[in-house]
Amino acid sequence: MFIEHGFLMVIAALPFVGALIPGLMIRAGRTACASFTALPTVFALVLLAMLAPEVMQGNVIRYEVEWLPQLGLSAAFFLDGLGLLFAGMILGVGLLITLYARFYLSAEDPMGQFYTYLLLFQGAMLGIVISDNVLLLLIFWELTSLSSFLLIGYWKHLPEGRQGARMALAVTGAGGLAMIGGMLILGQIVGSYNLTDILTEGEAIRASEWYLPALILILLGAFTKSAQFPFHFWLPHAMAAPTPVSAYLHSATMVKAGVFLMARMWPVLAGTDAWFYLVATTGLITMVLGALIALFKDDLKALLAFSTVSHLGLLTMLLGFGTKLAAVVAVFHIINHLTFKAALFMTAGIVDHETHTRDIKRLGGLRHLMPVTFLIGTVAALSMAGIPLFNGFLSKEMMLEEAAHTSWGNSPHAVAVLATLGALLSVAYSFRFIGHVFLGPVRDDYPAKPHDPPFGMWAAPALLAACVVIIGIVPAAVVGPLVAVAGGAVIGGGEMPYYSLKIWHGVTPALYMSGIAVVGGLVLLALHRPLDRVWNVLPRPEAKTIFDALIERVAALSRGITETLHNGAISRYLAIFFVTTLIVGYAAWAGGGLTMATRSVLPVPPAVAIGWVLLVAAILSVTFTHRRRFLSLVLLGVVGLMLSAGFVYLSAPDLALTQISVETVTIMLLLLALHFLPKETPAESGAALRMRDGAIAAVSGLAVAALAYTFMLRDVDTISDYHLANSYEGGGGTNVVNVILVDFRGYDTYGEIIVLGIAGLVIFALMETLLNGPVARRLRETDYSHDRSRDRHPLMMVVATRVMMPIAFMVGIYIFLRGHNEPGGGFVAGLVISIALLMQYMASGFAWTQARQRFEYHAMIGFGVVIAGLTGAGAMLGGLPFLTSGFDYFHIPPIEEFELATAMAFDLGVFLVVFGAVMLMLYSLSRIARFAGETVNREPMDYDPTDKVENRKEM
Amino acid sequence: MEVVVASSIGVLTGCGVYLVLRLRAFPVILGLAMLSYAVNVFLFASGRLAVNMPPVLSKYGEAAYTDPLPQALVLTAIVISFGMTAVLVMVALAAYLEAGNDRVNIDSPANGAADEKAGS
Repeated sequence: MFIEHGFLMVIAALPFVGALIPGLMIRAGRTACASFTALPTVFALVLLAMLAPEVMQGNVIRYEVEWLPQLGLSAAFFLDGLGLLFAGMILGVGLLITLYARFYLSAEDPMGQFYTYLLLFQGAMLGIVISDNVLLLLIFWELTSLSSFLLIGYWKHLPEGRQGARMALAVTGAGGLAMIGGMLILGQIVGSYNLTDILTEGEAIRASEWYLPALILILLGAFTKSAQFPFHFWLPHAMAAPTPVSAYLHSATMVKAGVFLMARMWPVLAGTDAWFYLVATTGLITMVLGALIALFKDDLKALLAFSTVSHLGLLTMLLGFGTKLAAVVAVFHIINHLTFKAALFMTAGIVDHETHTRDIKRLGGLRHLMPVTFLIGTVAALSMAGIPLFNGFLSKEMMLEEAAHTSWGNSPHAVAVLATLGALLSVAYSFRFIGHVFLGPVRDDYPAKPHDPPFGMWAAPALLAACVVIIGIVPAAVVGPLVAVAGGAVIGGGEMPYYSLKIWHGVTPALYMSGIAVVGGLVLLALHRPLDRVWNVLPRPEAKTIFDALIERVAALSRGITETLHNGAISRYLAIFFVTTLIVGYAAWAGGGLTMATRSVLPVPPAVAIGWVLLVAAILSVTFTHRRRFLSLVLLGVVGLMLSAGFVYLSAPDLALTQISVETVTIMLLLLALHFLPKETPAESGAALRMRDGAIAAVSGLAVAALAYTFMLRDVDTISDYHLANSYEGGGGTNVVNVILVDFRGYDTYGEIIVLGIAGLVIFALMETLLNGPVARRLRETDYSHDRSRDRHPLMMVVATRVMMPIAFMVGIYIFLRGHNEPGGGFVAGLVISIALLMQYMASGFAWTQARQRFEYHAMIGFGVVIAGLTGAGAMLGGLPFLTSGFDYFHIPPIEEFELATAMAFDLGVFLVVFGAVMLMLYSLSRIARFAGETVNREPMDYDPTDKVENRKEM
Repeated sequence: MEVVVASSIGVLTGCGVYLVLRLRAFPVILGLAMLSYAVNVFLFASGRLAVNMPPVLSKYGEAAYTDPLPQALVLTAIVISFGMTAVLVMVALAAYLEAGNDRVNIDSPANGAADEKAGS
C-alpha cells in the first residue's frame, strides 16, 4: 500500500541544507561544529523513525513533486523496507562518524570543510536509497562520486590522497555514465522512469531484446561503485583518505551503493542465466581474490580495504545466485558487515592515531597498552572471521549453505569450494588482524607511545561492537523484523522463503565448510611468514600502473585530437565549421523531398536591376580591395545603403530605416577604430590557401543562394495572420512590425535590449582595463600626428551640424512617437538621435561636445532596461501576464485625438538602451584617442572665424 | 525578383565567408558584417517577397500585407549585429594594441600544451 508523506522530501533535503552549518559553526569551535553537524542527521533520523512503523508493516511511503513531467523527470521519493534499512545505516553510521571524526581530526585539519563534505555525501547517498525516479537516482549517484572525490582527497597535501581521489572519481564516474545508459533503456522499455513502475515490469524487461545491454550497463555502474573485480583496484587507493571517511564510505555507504542497486533491481533483472553468470561469477572471483590480497597486506587499512572488496564480492555473489533465500541472506549480511567493518576501520584509525603507524609489521603486543581498543577490535575481527556468537558467523553460515546448493555450469561443487576458500582466507586475515596487532610481545619501538584514546573516540566503535555481539546472540529478536521487511522489498513481494536466524542449525554442509575454513585459516596464518616471502617475489600486475598508463594513453589521444582540431588558428576552425555546415546542409537537402514551386516569380523592373548591379559590384569590390582598408570600408557603406533601398522596395520600411541608421553608426565606429589599426592588410596567404578559401566561399554562396531561391518560390504556413488580425484590436497600433516588437514578442525585445546594453558595457569595461594596462603607455609613445588633418574641425561642418541638430532631434522624436502606427519606433529613434549627437562629436571633437551634455550613458542603459521592465511588470499588477500592454484614446482639444499605450513606455526603454549603448561604445573609442595624444579643444573650431583677419596675421 | 534577392544573398555569403577566412582581424570583421547582412536578408526573405504591401494597417478598407513577423525579427537582428560588430571591433583593437599585430591566429599552437605538461 502506498502512503503519501512529505517527510521524505524533508529527509532528503536535510543533509544538503545542513551542509551549510559546519562552515558557519566552525568559528564557534570544533566541538560546537561537530555538535551542530550532528543536528541535521539526528533530525533526519527522528523523521525516519516516525515513518518506520508504517514501513515495518509492509507499506511503502511515497512523495512526488512534479518537476519536468515532459521528460518523465519528477522529484519522487519512496521508502520501502530496503530503503529504510539503508537510510537507517547511512544516517546512523553518519552520526557515529561525526562523533569519531571530532576526535580523529587534528587541529590543523579544516574541520568545517570536512563536515560539509561529509553531509553532502550523506545527502547524496540518502538520495540514492530513497529516490523513486531513476533519473533522480542517477543524479544522486553522480553526486556521491563527486562528494566522495572531495572526501578522499580531503588531505590535499598528500599526493596519494589526490591520486586516490582522482582514480575513484574516474572509475566510479565512468561506471555511473554507463549506468545512465542502462537506466534510460529500462525507462524506454517500461515507459516510465519511476522505480515503482519499473519494479512491476520485471517480465517485460527480461523478455525485451534490450535486456542484455541494459543489464551490462547497469552492472558496470554497480560493479565500479562496489569495487568488483576487475574494478576493485580503486578502493585500496581511496584509503589515503582520513580514516573516518574510509569507515563511512568504504564500509557502510558508498561501496554499498552498488550492492544496493543490484538489490533494488533484483526483482527486475535477476533470475536469468545472464544475471547468474555475470553477477555470481564476478562476486565469487572478487571474494576470493580480495581475501587473498588482504592476507598479504601489511597496511592495516589496506588489509581492511581488500577485506571489504572480498565481502562486497560475497554480497554480489549472493544476489547473483538469483534465489530468494540468497537475496535475504545478502540483506542480513549487509547489516552484519556494516557493524563489524565500520568498527574495524575505526579501530584501525585509533591504532594509527595512537601509535603513528598502520604497518602491521611494526605493531604487535598492543593488548596490554590499549585494552579497550583490543577488546573492540577483537570482537569485530572475530565476527569478520565468522566465529560463532558473533553476527558475521550467522550470515556466513547461511552464505555457505546457499553456496553448497548452487552449481556453476556443469560443476556442482565449484561454487562451494571457492566459497569455502574465501571463508578460509577471511579467517586467516581476521586472525592476522588480531594476532599481529594486539597479541605477541610488547615492543619498545613504536613510533609513538600507545595508549587508549579518549572515550569520545572509542564510543562509536564500541557501540558497533556491542551490536555485533547482540545480533550474534539473539539475531531474530534484534534484526529479524528488519531483515524480513528489507528482504521482502528486495525480492519484490510474493512469498518469503523459509529461513531462520539462529546460531545452531544442526549438522549441515555449511557447518563442515565453516569448520574447514577456521582450521585452514589458522594453519594458513601459522605459515604466514614463509608464504609472505613467496607472495612478495611472485610477479603481480600492479593495477595503479596499468590505470596510470591507460589514463596517460587516453590523455595523449585527446591531446592529439585537440591540438589537431584546436590549434589556435581561428581561420582553421572557421573553415572546418563552414565545410561541416555545408556537408550537413547537403545531407538535409538530399534527404528531404522537394515539392513543386507554388509561387510565381515577381518581375524585375529596370531600377531594381541597376540596384542589383550596384550591390553586387560593391560586395565584390569590398572583397577584392579588402587589403586597402579605408576603401573597402567605404564600399561596405555602399552595400548597406543598397540593402536598405532593397528593403524599401520590398515593403519593409521599418527595416530600411533601421538598416540605414545602423549602417551610418557602424561605419563611423569602424572608421574610428581604423584610426588605430594598420591601414593596409599585408598579403600573407598563399595562392593555395586563397584557392581553398575561395572554393569554400563559392560553394557556400551558391548553396545559400539556391536555398533562398527554393524557399522563396514556395508558400508556407505562417502565424503572421494572427498578428495582422490582432495588431489593432489587441495591440492598439497599425504598424504591425512595431506592435510585434513591443507587444506580441515584447519579451524577446526585452532580452535583446539587455544584450545590446551588455555589449555597450562590455566595450566600456574592455577599454577601461586596456587603458589601465601597458597599452596606455604604448599609445602615448606612438605618433599619430602624421595622419591628422590640419583643419580638424572645419567651419562648414561645425555650422552645418549645429543647424541640423535640432532638426535631427525633431525627426528622432517624430519617428519615436509615430512608431506605433507608422514605420519608426524606439530602435530607429535611438539610432537617429545618436547620429545627431555623433555629428557634433565629429564636427567639434568629443571632449568639447561631452562637456556640453549631461547624460550618463551607463545610467541611460540602466534606466532603459528598468523602464521597459517596469512597464512589463505593471501589467502584472493588473493581474495580467508580464508585458501585456494596455492602451486608450484621448482627446484634448485642440490636439487631434491621440492614443496612449503602455507599449510606448516600453518603446521608451528600448530607445534609451539603444541610445545609451551606441553612445557608450563611441565614447569608449574616443577615450583611446585621448590617450593617443588627441588634444582637447575648448572652442568649437580650431580658430575663431569672428577674429579679424588682421589679428590672425599678427599671430 | 526572387533571383535578384537570392543571388544577392549568395554573393554576400560567399564574400563574407571568404573574408572571414582571412588572417587579419579587419577583413574578418568586414566578413562578419557581410555575413550578418546575408543572414538578415535571408531571414527577411523567409517571409516571401512582396512589393507595395508594407505591414502597416490601412485605414481605408481591405488591403494585402506582407508577412510582418520576419521583419520584426530582422529589425532586432540588425541592431544586435551592430552590437556584435562593435564588440568585435573593440576586441580586435584591444588585441592589436596589446600584441602589436592584428593576426587572428595564435602563432605557435604547441606552446600552451607544452607548458601544461611541464606544470603537471
